[in-house]
Amino acid sequence: MNLSELTIKKARELLDSKQLSAIDLAKYYLKNIEEKNKDLNVYLEVFSDVIKQAEDAQKIINKGEAKELTGIPLAIKDNILIKGRKVSAASKILENYTATYDATVIKKLKEEGAVFLGRTNMDEFAMGGSTENSAFGVTKNPYDLERVAGGSSGGSAVAVAADIAMASLGSDTGGSVREPASFCGVLGLKPTYGSVSRYGLMAMGSSLDVIGPIAKTISDTEIIFNAIKGVDKMDSTSIEMESRILNPESRTIGVPYHLMNQEGISLDVKKNFEESVEKLKNLGFEIINISLPNIDKSLAVYYIIMPAEVSSNMARYDGVKYGLREDGDPSTPLGAGNLLDVYKKTRGKGFGKEVRRRIILGTYVLSTGYYDAYYGKALQVRRIIKDEFAQAFKKVDAILTPTTPSPAFKIGEKSDPLEMYLADIFTVTANIVGCPAISLPSGFAEIDGKKLPLGIQLTVPHMDEDILFNIGKKFLNE
Amino acid sequence: MISKDDIKKLADLARIEIEDSELEGLAKEVDSILGYVGQIKSVVGNVGFPSPDQGEGQGGVLNVMREDENPNESGAYTKELLAEAPETERGFIKVKKIL
Repeated sequence: MNLSELTIKKARELLDSKQLSAIDLAKYYLKNIEEKNKDLNVYLEVFSDVIKQAEDAQKIINKGEAKELTGIPLAIKDNILIKGRKVSAASKILENYTATYDATVIKKLKEEGAVFLGRTNMDEFAMGGSTENSAFGVTKNPYDLERVAGGSSGGSAVAVAADIAMASLGSDTGGSVREPASFCGVLGLKPTYGSVSRYGLMAMGSSLDVIGPIAKTISDTEIIFNAIKGVDKMDSTSIEMESRILNPESRTIGVPYHLMNQEGISLDVKKNFEESVEKLKNLGFEIINISLPNIDKSLAVYYIIMPAEVSSNMARYDGVKYGLREDGDPSTPLGAGNLLDVYKKTRGKGFGKEVRRRIILGTYVLSTGYYDAYYGKALQVRRIIKDEFAQAFKKVDAILTPTTPSPAFKIGEKSDPLEMYLADIFTVTANIVGCPAISLPSGFAEIDGKKLPLGIQLTVPHMDEDILFNIGKKFLNE
Repeated sequence: MISKDDIKKLADLARIEIEDSELEGLAKEVDSILGYVGQIKSVVGNVGFPSPDQGEGQGGVLNVMREDENPNESGAYTKELLAEAPETERGFIKVKKIL
């Protein structure tokens, strides 16, 4: 049996009809991990009890009580808590931290009987777009080992692309699920803000963060999304999804063509995007040129609001409650026990460069004298962009853009932080407005004799994930 | 223009020790990022701050309250939580002297 083509849907049939055991399925992935993980650096830890978890799942299947994800091997991003297991956010400050409780998504997946293979590499505290900011080494792109996997959920995207997990969970604050999915030729969903509980997800930008699945097909994406969504009393921003009746006429897709004329969009991306538009037209969708006048300010809004929230959220890492502790300077009057010194040394040593940069930036935009000009203004522009989206969705059912301005770049290529941030230009908007968005594989660019995946991104109104799945299935001929 | 002294001050406020050798590079990077994000100042139209009545999905901010009830049984999580603290004493997290 060729398991490399297996999807969750297909595996479910095989598991339930006893043509495949959960243990054999787990062993298949463990073997692939053994062969590939050293080169790709996907897993920071492969759990030692995978077979035991698979045996437990098999017992449920044998009793005829299997749910959709029973026995399905998943990879989990290293910023989602699983009780009793290490979780580090790929940071030195949490290198030896063990989770004291289950994230709500993990609780739900355990109830489903899913198997957790391990925790995947990421940019430290999800800050980055390439996993180069991991304290534990970069994750490589399986299509070209000299290139990045994307990020911050780079490990979770490569786990699926390189067939070392059937699907995975990532988190998306400004594109951290969609960008790596696009770079690795897989699907990545950023759900509606609040649709999936953030309880047990390490906070980065609390008004932007959402957990989302990375998978091989729309059906698999849908299965995981349905398993993890739902209102949660532990997250006051979580919402119950209204069940909506899909408009069967939902056939109009808006393209903000004015965005395609910006600097920095590669020719490969432009060409592939035009081909994707043609494909959608041939499938019967009506493509409408729309204007979102301030959408090009999204990235600027994002890089004010996000660091502001980062600087607040990172305050908890103080060397007192948990995580790394560095002693103070013994030569000062209060000696090694100087509390202020403990804070500063712990945070100075424990946080990597990008995390420190964003905390400082956030401290600046929130400080007296600059608050109104930066943070206050950013909140206002966020409102304006939301209103423009609401207007656009009166005319179209979905908005289409490329996922990224270029295919995966080379490791070390983007040394200037601002240049790195520009890779998020198409993805941040969905987080700014809270709408669901998905990246779908749309073809390849051929560079230096290597085929590099490209992706398109669809954005729809809040809670209309079904429209994404509907268009996605047609586009991917599923 | 952000100076090295500004970065030092911000780092102090954020309780982060930064090596002197890093200050200049960081000042340049932060300055260039602020230059980029400053473009939002050109957006016209004063919409005011989002108000509570604008509700979910509309950019509104609202407080979500709940009753303060059903507390955990005392000590239910103490062992696991203390196990993660760098320093403890008699069932408490130990903090450095501040006086």
